[in-house]
Amino acid sequence: MINASLKQLAAALAEKRISAVELATLFLDRIERLNPALNAFITIDREKTLAQARAVDVSGKLGAGDTAQRSLLAGIPLAHKDIFCTEGWRTTCGSKMLANFVSPYDAHVVEKLAAAGMVTLGKLNMDEFAMGSSNETSYFGAVKNPWDRARVPGGSSGGSAAAIAARLAPAVTGTDTGGSIRQPAALCGLTGLKPTYGVVSRYGMIAFASSLDQAGPMAKSAEDCALLLTAMAGFDSRDSTSLERPAEDYSRELEKPLSGLKIGLPKEFFGEGMEPDVRAAVDAALAEYRKLGATTVEVSLPNSALSVPAYYVIAPAEASSNLSRFDGVRYGYRAPEYSDLADMYSKTRAQGFGAEVKRRILIGSYVLSHGYYDAYYLQAQKIRRLIAADFSAAFGECDVIMGPTAPSVAFAFGAKSADPVQMYLSDIYTISTNLAGLPGMSLPCGFGQGGLPVGLQIIGRWFDEARMLNAAHQYQRVTDWHTRLPEGVQ
Amino acid sequence: MSLTPNDVARIALLSRIELSPAEAETTRGQLIGILGFIEQLQAVDTTGIEPLAHAVDVVQRLRPDQVTESDRREAFQALAPDVENGLYLVPKVIE
Repeated sequence: MINASLKQLAAALAEKRISAVELATLFLDRIERLNPALNAFITIDREKTLAQARAVDVSGKLGAGDTAQRSLLAGIPLAHKDIFCTEGWRTTCGSKMLANFVSPYDAHVVEKLAAAGMVTLGKLNMDEFAMGSSNETSYFGAVKNPWDRARVPGGSSGGSAAAIAARLAPAVTGTDTGGSIRQPAALCGLTGLKPTYGVVSRYGMIAFASSLDQAGPMAKSAEDCALLLTAMAGFDSRDSTSLERPAEDYSRELEKPLSGLKIGLPKEFFGEGMEPDVRAAVDAALAEYRKLGATTVEVSLPNSALSVPAYYVIAPAEASSNLSRFDGVRYGYRAPEYSDLADMYSKTRAQGFGAEVKRRILIGSYVLSHGYYDAYYLQAQKIRRLIAADFSAAFGECDVIMGPTAPSVAFAFGAKSADPVQMYLSDIYTISTNLAGLPGMSLPCGFGQGGLPVGLQIIGRWFDEARMLNAAHQYQRVTDWHTRLPEGVQ
Repeated sequence: MSLTPNDVARIALLSRIELSPAEAETTRGQLIGILGFIEQLQAVDTTGIEPLAHAVDVVQRLRPDQVTESDRREAFQALAPDVENGLYLVPKVIE
């Protein structure tokens, strides 16, 4: 059951081979047994989960209309990254600032998946306010990589990735501002997708960098991600950048053959910086794609080296503005002692935020401050346009772009935490898609040093998620990397 | 890239984040590293390039001028560190 696809789980539920309560119990028991060593979950609440499952069992949603995907997900448990406000659940965003915050409302994503009948298993650990690439910045302690507990799971959706890898949940949500779905998916050997900016509502998703943040699914396969994305996506008037587009069935192209698919390989992604073991796995995956009938062509993204520095101007600038709401007045942490209002603000924020969050707020304040705004912030936004234009040009020559998701397999705890810039560079292949607003995904394509998973990245044209999922699914039909389990996960 | 202790104090004030003297010094070193890294953006010729604030063009939508929110004052204020009579309490600002 733990390795079953979402479709198989749906069939088991529809045929009454298992109830939603039994399925939720199975995963809750696994969480109880395996989570203490992994720290993937921040909050679990067995009673709440089982009450929701019982409600689904008697709702008549199970097995109803197997053609409509939204009811297909009914009774299937999932866990949310703790960045999504979930009514009645503690929602911490991995921070001391919100350690006791019980959300009074649901994020749009939470609302939609609950409406589809999915059952909430709990809230997943993450880097504080989604700022990190290793999960080491979480106030609740780092998540361990199920493939090697001495190594990071990636970040910021590290709890989400570890939960899928250890089969603690059949589906999870994540968010991706600079690679936070794709990089942990690569490091933990699963499939994750960041949609085109604006496809999934940001309402109720605690903001980090609003022009880059986007929610998406993480699961065992592209087929599962397609089902989840279909349920998550959709217009929401409460998010001012939510796009009004016709509803899409993201599974519709899964079975299309790949003959004729043109894959662009950016020469900047295949240069120095990529570890040899990652390169070997990515090259083998590309050979597999050629066997499936796709052709590869070299393309160029000449400004991609600028994506990380541009991101580290834009994202902190937006973060410093977004995080100004945490002032100890309306919700969240307040310092116990202070002399006046200004002192209350600065002590609350000094004590409530961790080191990486503070660093980014400080950088953001600096690049937005008088005399530096033009030199840093506007210049970064101009470079952002150059980066987006590079992609437009590249997509003139290909249908999808492929390359590595991360430059190396999962690294050891502490390996990069002393040097922020080294940590930032672990997102070198993922950040440019956020700046351009493009959809990107990662899927397992082999193993590198230490038997650790390697991720293949697929970047699509704007709104081309269905085609990317098609490319990923066809690869997963002929390979079994995505079905491999870490040792000790049974 | 240079950043004086005074610069760090100014940024911390703008950010409303108190830094201890020891923290300020460590932070100064790290900020110098990060700002040095983003310094490479200055070398790029962006003459005539329009800044891109958002990757996807969106126009601000208008909606009918109607009340759409329900009154949830109690639920929201239950989360606050300090409230009284429906008001959020903060230290006295005006003597």
